[in-house]
Amino acid sequence: MELPTINKKRIVSLLKEGKRLDGRGNYEFRNIHIETGISNKAEGSSRVKIGMTDVIVGVKADVQEPYPDHDDEGTMIVGMEFSPAAGERHEIGPPKMDAIEIARVVDRGIRESGFINWKELCIKKGEKVWCINIDIYCINDDGNVLDASALGAIAALKNSRLPVYDKKEESVKFGELTDEGLPLTEHVPYTMTFYKVGEGYLVDPTLEEEDASEARLTFSVSAPKKDKIIHAMQKGGEIPISEVELDVMLDKVEKIYDDNFVKLATN
Amino acid sequence: MITEKEIAEEKTERKLVVPGELIVSGDYLPGDFTRKEGNDIIANRYGLAEISGRFVKIIPVSGVYEPRRGNTVIGRVNDINFSGWIIDIGGPYSAFLSIMESPRFINKMNLDEFASVGDVLDLKINTVKKGGIDLTLKSKGLGKLDGGRLIKINPHKVPRVIGRGGSMINLIKEKTRTDITVGQNGFIWINGDLEGEKKAEEAVNLIAQEATTEGLTDKIEKFLGGKDKWEVH
Repeated sequence: MELPTINKKRIVSLLKEGKRLDGRGNYEFRNIHIETGISNKAEGSSRVKIGMTDVIVGVKADVQEPYPDHDDEGTMIVGMEFSPAAGERHEIGPPKMDAIEIARVVDRGIRESGFINWKELCIKKGEKVWCINIDIYCINDDGNVLDASALGAIAALKNSRLPVYDKKEESVKFGELTDEGLPLTEHVPYTMTFYKVGEGYLVDPTLEEEDASEARLTFSVSAPKKDKIIHAMQKGGEIPISEVELDVMLDKVEKIYDDNFVKLATN
Repeated sequence: MITEKEIAEEKTERKLVVPGELIVSGDYLPGDFTRKEGNDIIANRYGLAEISGRFVKIIPVSGVYEPRRGNTVIGRVNDINFSGWIIDIGGPYSAFLSIMESPRFINKMNLDEFASVGDVLDLKINTVKKGGIDLTLKSKGLGKLDGGRLIKINPHKVPRVIGRGGSMINLIKEKTRTDITVGQNGFIWINGDLEGEKKAEEAVNLIAQEATTEGLTDKIEKFLGGKDKWEVH
């Protein structure tokens, strides 16, 4: 069922007082639970739960020809799908707009932050490079799938081992993993999404809060040293976000990172 | 499988079965959601098997809402057309509330003055036909639900939420000081203050979760904080 008007009214009026239905603060995440290495066929995998939202991420590595304008750099493809079991609004079939957008935002966060050292994924310049496939599969949708997907992608990449590459035969021996992890840098792009609901803002919405929101803005933030860097942003929803509102969100980015992601980054 | 001995001792407590499971074999008749294969009675649905005399039936504990005539349901207006409202009641077919079924006069040109898209109504099922469900507002206590909010549980857990003679729901209403309307389709409307609503929602979800356990009323009473302990300010 789509969101009834009375539920939206209740969410908006509570947010005016700085309250939420589940008693959380505006800028507080639900419990984040991360499990890695859940698939024995993938090079790396993870399962992320944020509250009831549940996302599975798998990483596969393959060897292919590089793009001509980046002939010494590896490549990456991110795919995202909703399982029909994720919720009544998701049907079987090719990914829809929402899933494609999530895949692109996750892709951009990882790409623009330089989380993966692309040069080190080159096997032979102009001929053979590693291609990293990240597949995200949402098995339960209770809001904020975007942040969960981005988190899952990072966890799966950190969990990944490259498969054995046979230089003589120029082929990948799938199933045999080396001890070598992916060449990752310290720019870990954690993603946070602000939702504008009525006159207020919140992060990590439940499905009801997500339905009640009219605009959202996603930040990909990393903190390699002490300072935090915003690598990518994405605006969604129907209504515009003003300069003043953007300032409000930018003020909160560092605090949300410190409150929610620092403890994840140390693990 | 339920043994002959258990039946003889009248120990036919409801037993949880899964589709394809052998419930009982012998001279029995298949009832709701069961089938007969040779001498065996097999389950068609996930639920509680019950044997009364020679008759075997299953009370399902999962699945979608199956609309029945006379059910009181809660629905959301999905669309408005020239002769009434199209209502989502969470069932397998679409439901329709005709303008004729409203207890008071409604201007045909301004249907959304009474209920617009997104509004929540308490309704009764008039008829269930092949093409869809016809709803009515012509009964006591039906109409638009203002304020509060709507939550959903599995429709098969609704009898437990209401309790015998409404005992469970009255307990929750009393303890949390909220107004609650339960639809047979699993939608529950709660109206009260924030704390009360939250507590009531948690209680309802707890009942739905532990619907098959015994001594549920005591558990819920304990959850709600015993007698007069839990106060809403």
